Amino acid sequence: MKFAVIQFPGSNCDQDCVAAINGIAGLNAEYIWHKETSLDDFDAIVLPGGFAYGDYLRCGAIARFSPIMRAVTSDARAGKLVLGTCNGFQILCEAGLLPGALVRNRSLRFVCDMVTTRVEVDDSPFTHGCQKGSLLRLPIAHGEGCFFANAKTLRDLNDNRQVILRYADSRGRIVPESNPNGSIENIAGICNRERNVFGLMPHPDRASDARLGSADGAKIFRSMMQTISANSAISERTKQVA
Amino acid sequence: MKAKVLVMPKAAVLDPQGNAVRDAMRHLGMPEVRSVRIGKYMEIDIDGENGELEPRLHSLCRDLLSNPVIEDYELLKEKPAKRKRNK
Repeated sequence: MKFAVIQFPGSNCDQDCVAAINGIAGLNAEYIWHKETSLDDFDAIVLPGGFAYGDYLRCGAIARFSPIMRAVTSDARAGKLVLGTCNGFQILCEAGLLPGALVRNRSLRFVCDMVTTRVEVDDSPFTHGCQKGSLLRLPIAHGEGCFFANAKTLRDLNDNRQVILRYADSRGRIVPESNPNGSIENIAGICNRERNVFGLMPHPDRASDARLGSADGAKIFRSMMQTISANSAISERTKQVA
Repeated sequence: MKAKVLVMPKAAVLDPQGNAVRDAMRHLGMPEVRSVRIGKYMEIDIDGENGELEPRLHSLCRDLLSNPVIEDYELLKEKPAKRKRNK
C-alpha cells in the first residue's frame, strides 16, 4: 500500500512522516515534490508539518496553490484518504478541504510539548483502531495552532461528529488547562463531512515509535491502512458481482 | 496602478497580538486605550490602469491575500498621479 508524502519548500517533517509510515508493515511511503501533478499511484496522501513557503502571508496560504494541490483536491473529492499534520492541517484549511482556520496561539508563544488528546470519534477512517474516549499522547510544535471556526461551522462540526481529537488532561477531561494554544473547544483535529480528509495539529509522525516517547501516532496510520484495505476488498467484491 | 490592501482580523477572531500591544500601551501611560487590532497592509504596484484589473484583484484578495474565514479585506485604489503637460 503506497502513501505519498508531499514535500513543499519548507516542509520539515517529511522525513518523520516517511519513517513513521515505513515503520508499519504493509505500508510504503514515497516523497512527492510539490511541483508534481498526479497522485494516481497512491492509496493515501500525507501533508507533513513544517513551514511551507516560510509561512509567508499566512500558514499554508501560498502552499495551497502549489501544482500538486490540484491533484490533492481532486483525489480528496474522489474519496482518497488525506492526512494533514501541523502545517499540513493549516494547508488543508487554507485550501478549503477542511473548515475553519488556524491562527496565532493565544499565548503568542511557539509551543513545543507532549500533549494528551482524547479520541472523540472511533469510527472515522483515521481512528477506528482507537476506542472512543481513549487517550493519545502526541507531540505538538507550532506557533499558529489555535483552531478557529465561526459559530455555525462549529455547530456543524459537532453535529456531524467531525471533531476527531480534543486536547485533554491525563485523566481525559477536556479542561482549559489542557488546551495548549487556545483552540476553540479544545479542538486538536477535525475531518471533513465526507470523513476522508483529516487534519490535526499534533504530530502522529513524531510519535510512532515507543523509543520516541510514544507510539500512539502509529494507530492513526494503521487505521488508515485498515480502511484502505477494507475499501479495496469491497470494491473487488463489487467488481466480481458486476 | 497602485493598489493598497488592508487585511484585518474579523471581530470574532481573537487577536492576542493586538491585546498584548493594548496592554503595553496602557502600561506606557495611556490607560485610555480600549483595544488594538493588528492587521496587514500591502502596497501593490500593477502595470496598467484599466478597469478589468479590479475584479481580478478582488478575487486575489479573497483567494490569496486574505482568508475570509478569519479576515476581512479592503482594497484601496490610489488615483493615478496627474502628468505634467509641459514635458
